[in-house]
Amino acid sequence: MAEAVFVGLPKRFVSLSIDGREVEVLEGSTILDACRRLEVDTPTLCQLDNLTPVNVCRVCVVEVEGARVLVPACSRRVEAGMKVRTDSERVRHSRRLVLELLGSSVDMSLCSAQVRGWMERYGAVPERFGVGAATVAQPVKVDNELYVRDYSRCILCYKCVEACGVDAQNTFAIGVAGRGFDAHISTEFDTPLPDSACVYCGNCIGVCPTGALMFKSEHDMRGAGTWDEGRQSVTETVCPYCGVGCMLELHVQDNSIVKVTSPLDHSVTSGHLCVKGRFGFEFVQRRKG
Amino acid sequence: MFGAGGGTSSYQEAEETNVIFLWGSNARETHPIFFHHVLRGVRNGARLIAVDPRKTSSAEWADVWLGIDVGSDIALANAMARVIIHADLANKEFIAGATTGYEEFARCVEAYTLKRAEAETGVPADAIEKVALDYARAERGMICWTLGITEHHNATDNVLALINLGLLTGKVGRYGCGLNPLRGQNNVQGGGDMGAIPARLPGFQDLEIQAIHDKFASAWGGAQFPSKKGWHLSEMFEAMDHGELRSIYIVGENPARSEADQTRAVRLLSGLDHLVVQDIFLTQTAELAHVVLPAAAGWAESDGTVTNSERRVQRVRRALEPPPGARDDIDIICELARRMGSDWGHPTAEQVWDECRALSPMHAGMAYRRLDELDGIQWPCPDESHPGTQFLHGRLWKDPVEGPRAPFHAVENDPPVDKLSEEFPIRLTTGRRLDSFNTGVQTGEYTSPLRKGEALLISPEDGHSLGVEDGECVRASSRRGSVEVNVRFEPSLRPGLAFMSLHFPDQVATNVLTIDATDPKSGTAEFKASAIRIDKIPAPAPT
Amino acid sequence: MDIRTTGGPATDVEMAAVDGLLGDPEPVDHRVAYGGRAVRSLRHLLLPVLHAIQDRTGWVSRGALEYACRRLSIPPAEAYGVVSFYARFAHEPRDAKVVHVCDDIVCSLAGANAVEGAIRVPCLGLCDRAPASLVERFGADYQAVQMPETPPHVVAGVQLLRRVGVVDPESIESYRAHGGFAGLQRAREIGREAVIAMVSEAKLLGRGGAAFPTGRKWESVAKAQAQPHYLVCNADESEPGTFKDRVLMENDPFAVVEAMAIAAFATGCERGYIYVRDEYPLARRRIGKAISQSRELLGVELEVRRGAGAYICGEETALFNSIEGKRGEPRNKPPFPVEVGLFGKPTLVNNVETLLNVLDIVNGDFGDTRIFCVSGRVSRPGVYEVPMGTPLRSLLEIAGAGDIQAVLLGGAAGSFLTADQIDVALSFEGTRAIGATLGSGAVIVFDETADMKEVLLRIARFFRDESCGQCVPCRVGTKRQEEILERMFTERDGDRSADVMLLSDIAQAMRDASICGLGQTAANAIASGLTQLKVLNG
Repeated sequence: MAEAVFVGLPKRFVSLSIDGREVEVLEGSTILDACRRLEVDTPTLCQLDNLTPVNVCRVCVVEVEGARVLVPACSRRVEAGMKVRTDSERVRHSRRLVLELLGSSVDMSLCSAQVRGWMERYGAVPERFGVGAATVAQPVKVDNELYVRDYSRCILCYKCVEACGVDAQNTFAIGVAGRGFDAHISTEFDTPLPDSACVYCGNCIGVCPTGALMFKSEHDMRGAGTWDEGRQSVTETVCPYCGVGCMLELHVQDNSIVKVTSPLDHSVTSGHLCVKGRFGFEFVQRRKG
Repeated sequence: MFGAGGGTSSYQEAEETNVIFLWGSNARETHPIFFHHVLRGVRNGARLIAVDPRKTSSAEWADVWLGIDVGSDIALANAMARVIIHADLANKEFIAGATTGYEEFARCVEAYTLKRAEAETGVPADAIEKVALDYARAERGMICWTLGITEHHNATDNVLALINLGLLTGKVGRYGCGLNPLRGQNNVQGGGDMGAIPARLPGFQDLEIQAIHDKFASAWGGAQFPSKKGWHLSEMFEAMDHGELRSIYIVGENPARSEADQTRAVRLLSGLDHLVVQDIFLTQTAELAHVVLPAAAGWAESDGTVTNSERRVQRVRRALEPPPGARDDIDIICELARRMGSDWGHPTAEQVWDECRALSPMHAGMAYRRLDELDGIQWPCPDESHPGTQFLHGRLWKDPVEGPRAPFHAVENDPPVDKLSEEFPIRLTTGRRLDSFNTGVQTGEYTSPLRKGEALLISPEDGHSLGVEDGECVRASSRRGSVEVNVRFEPSLRPGLAFMSLHFPDQVATNVLTIDATDPKSGTAEFKASAIRIDKIPAPAPT
Repeated sequence: MDIRTTGGPATDVEMAAVDGLLGDPEPVDHRVAYGGRAVRSLRHLLLPVLHAIQDRTGWVSRGALEYACRRLSIPPAEAYGVVSFYARFAHEPRDAKVVHVCDDIVCSLAGANAVEGAIRVPCLGLCDRAPASLVERFGADYQAVQMPETPPHVVAGVQLLRRVGVVDPESIESYRAHGGFAGLQRAREIGREAVIAMVSEAKLLGRGGAAFPTGRKWESVAKAQAQPHYLVCNADESEPGTFKDRVLMENDPFAVVEAMAIAAFATGCERGYIYVRDEYPLARRRIGKAISQSRELLGVELEVRRGAGAYICGEETALFNSIEGKRGEPRNKPPFPVEVGLFGKPTLVNNVETLLNVLDIVNGDFGDTRIFCVSGRVSRPGVYEVPMGTPLRSLLEIAGAGDIQAVLLGGAAGSFLTADQIDVALSFEGTRAIGATLGSGAVIVFDETADMKEVLLRIARFFRDESCGQCVPCRVGTKRQEEILERMFTERDGDRSADVMLLSDIAQAMRDASICGLGQTAANAIASGLTQLKVLNG
């Protein structure tokens, strides 16, 4: 009964050195892949395994021997004999500055503990630009019942644009508008979501690393002080709607679903869902005994 | 398909194929995450061809959209086959080695000239010719379909017509090639896998084969159970009508709302001697029941497995405590058995599954542990060292072919039963919208900013000729009944074609209009084609 | 693509403007539609369509934008991202006449700040006639006029500039009479490999700023497997203080076109684009005329593309994105344009001056010269062509510089030299030796009366305005750089060493970690100014 499985063309291995250690990875891999292989912790903000690298945050930069400037580990492909340094003074400096520049302009308080760890590791002190430093602070956008957008927390990593666009949903309800420090994520003419092309798949929330995009249920619970990740369980199951079989992760607090995500590495979803899978769970908990 | 009831391909193959047909499928809205795979294919260079009476959001992505008349799919498929044969693009080697019935098929399609197909489908001949050649010439090609193919009185013939195209061009049993029904509900495939179809036991094993019947009977301690196939849903309603079926136990279905010709369905269900409904809601069907068994929600309140449209068996897990009084399906069934005098104990979902694996060879290798490790497994998976099967029917390319050859079926075009007439001049077709599901019981509970309520979508041209405004309430009538509904102008619809969903039966009982003409082979009703008329509601006379 | 538009209809005038460029829309066919990639491939027409709308109506309304989106199959949010990226597109209604006044470095020196009631814009490339402005009149007969309208102040050169003011720029006969199209004919006679060999042997280095060997670039494109190949002439001359490409395009447009045809021939390009900044309406018009008059001679389809007010589009990969109808955001390199360039295909990018040198190489009269744009406090501002290696002092003397406080060499991305550094030789090696660069060939002269703090602030503001916003070091770094500089120059007291340290930290991160040359050089002039000039002493 065994059937042939398509495995693609055979790939070669490429060997390079990272911080003096030799490593072999498949050709076409990125420097980040090679770093991970050696368990060299590399900070990333705009990188996600289910999205095309945009290499805009620049926090993953490394020094490659012979290169004039630092290169982004997330997107630069390995070359045979490459000599990479991930902890040189130049690398540490740029990583620190990227974290400081972001920290000084964006509310990063809901970032993961990992991000706070990088801040500490690189000695980032965002306050040193002074109190007058411009920020992206602005009111939260609450214009629908499913999710909110708090662009005070937006580091402009482009992930939501990619998930809304070519990398997953292809709806293109949001894009980057403006330029320079005024660049921001926006619908067309900054119209509210219900007037935009948005189809509420929530895939932008699924990839947002800073809490700028959030389930309204989470936003409301945080506002009420009842959000408590310590009391939440996460259970993997399958979406109850169509027959595609999307893997859901149900985040449950006090026997209530408070958020739905999907595993990035699942072959069916790659972490992406539709509006029904992401938000259509209410019926199960509105039943009365 | 050729003895295995499931789609032949995996989703990943849609990303690496050259031509994708979405035939009677608005996957953009009804299978959004499958459509992500299609879009990756499109970005990788695949041509997308949409066949649909409506220019749907899926069709908007297509390189070619063919706006056929509702229910003319066989005319299109047969004409494409004729084009392919005449262009000498049939895969003769494959046909000779792996199929049967080609000669009769070729004779049948010879009558489907492009001219005839243009007349019967409404699509220009040159477009039909072009997509036929595109498909035949591509190295890889997939055909995917949904209810636009199967919700017809001749559903099975429709499917066979598409399968013929795959066989004709050798586009099955190879990576990136395949024939794929996209299942409309999360466990339609799994229901079939588990034998919830009239002629099959778990693993699509034929109930009427004595050895198979014996295998199950002995595993179940010599239990007595039928050895002849049962009724499918439409036959059950027939039997109710004739008084042959008097008691029904319904698990997780809402036929009082979801059946075509709803008035008749409710009448028949109400007339039963005994109706038991097991559901997570007090549905309209449950309201008619003598006994209601409140159940836990399968996907979030209990453990088990479901099977998706790429034959991937996946675990569902309990994340929530069910509400007080609601019980797991396994508990309910075992309790029923106990009350009937047979103690099945209190098996866990895994124990039930292991019993299934012992009896169903295609599921044999799918231990829970492996389902966890591999993120689900695609059947067949005959043993615990088997990785599962990415695509089916590779056997057809073996020399000689392993197992039975794949048969062509000569099928003729047969337009919808509910004919258009002067009295009912408009073709109503039905379908789903992105944010809603079936009768809306589940999706009605979350607030979707996309939801605008039910409406009868018509072309602006029809609106103008009927003298109605966008948003005006009209009366829509078929030969079976009539409803009041607001019209909404939809420029992507052509004159003479109207669309409604079934999501808001409390607002508009769409299925009062639909016809229960059913496919004798599959038992599916022709939801996709009703003949209706639209009448302006006269303003109340001044008092 | 399933596109949803909710902004209401476009006006008849707006639709006519779009249809005028794209042709009338096909009638709706309810039975068959050919869409998909055929429609999505029209994306590259977005900027031309937006220009058509704005030229006609003065701005880009939501209705007009969405009409364009439906015709070109572009999601409105993406198109809005594009409209809001380019400074020259307005999304508010405007008067039928709009005046843009340059308030950049040179024009500020000449008093442009005094002009009231006009839109302030960065360098218009008219520094030889500062203060400069650009006047637009919208409507069916759209007009854009560069002011003052006087001819080039000084054009001094015998090689690349030899036809300027001599040939009639609107007449192919006149160009032919001055030896025009002999180079293209010779190129065809000797064959593409020989042409590339000549360019390589001449050791021509790119004049765009990076000084990459031109021959090597041509060879890579010619050999690239993927097809088709594209040619792009980078005429988005936007470096403050630079205007030589404008002078060449306005006065010798056929030479630019002929040189492009040679480049396309040698490298196997089937299509070529010349991307001219929007602020050069005369150059655009004359290049366009030259292309249409010589079309049948060229052997390649050439097209003028119009920028829309973005300095960053001078960066080659940002320029590709702009031609493709996207935001002018630079791409990460590698892959390099010779492999993956415009529309993802192998692409040859050269700037105007580089290509003109090629024309001379093929004609056998290559003189390794360089054109400099001298402006600021000199009595004879203009374009000066001098042999490579000429001392800066000689150039300043012929341009009529008096007492010198500082010279900004290479524009905003360049660096400041003080009076005691002007003996530097104007060559790639000479400038490199003192940590400077020739850059775009801009030479801006400041006398003792110039307020160098203002100049530094203007440069900081320039980069903050022109950063595309994509990468963090540049997006936030240019903002912080401006803030800190303002603070240093306005606060009377206090220890400035912390701020100096901050600026230097930011500078290093921008230099090391930015995606493109803009961010990498955005701190150069300011850093050199702070160390070289006496701005912090009082």
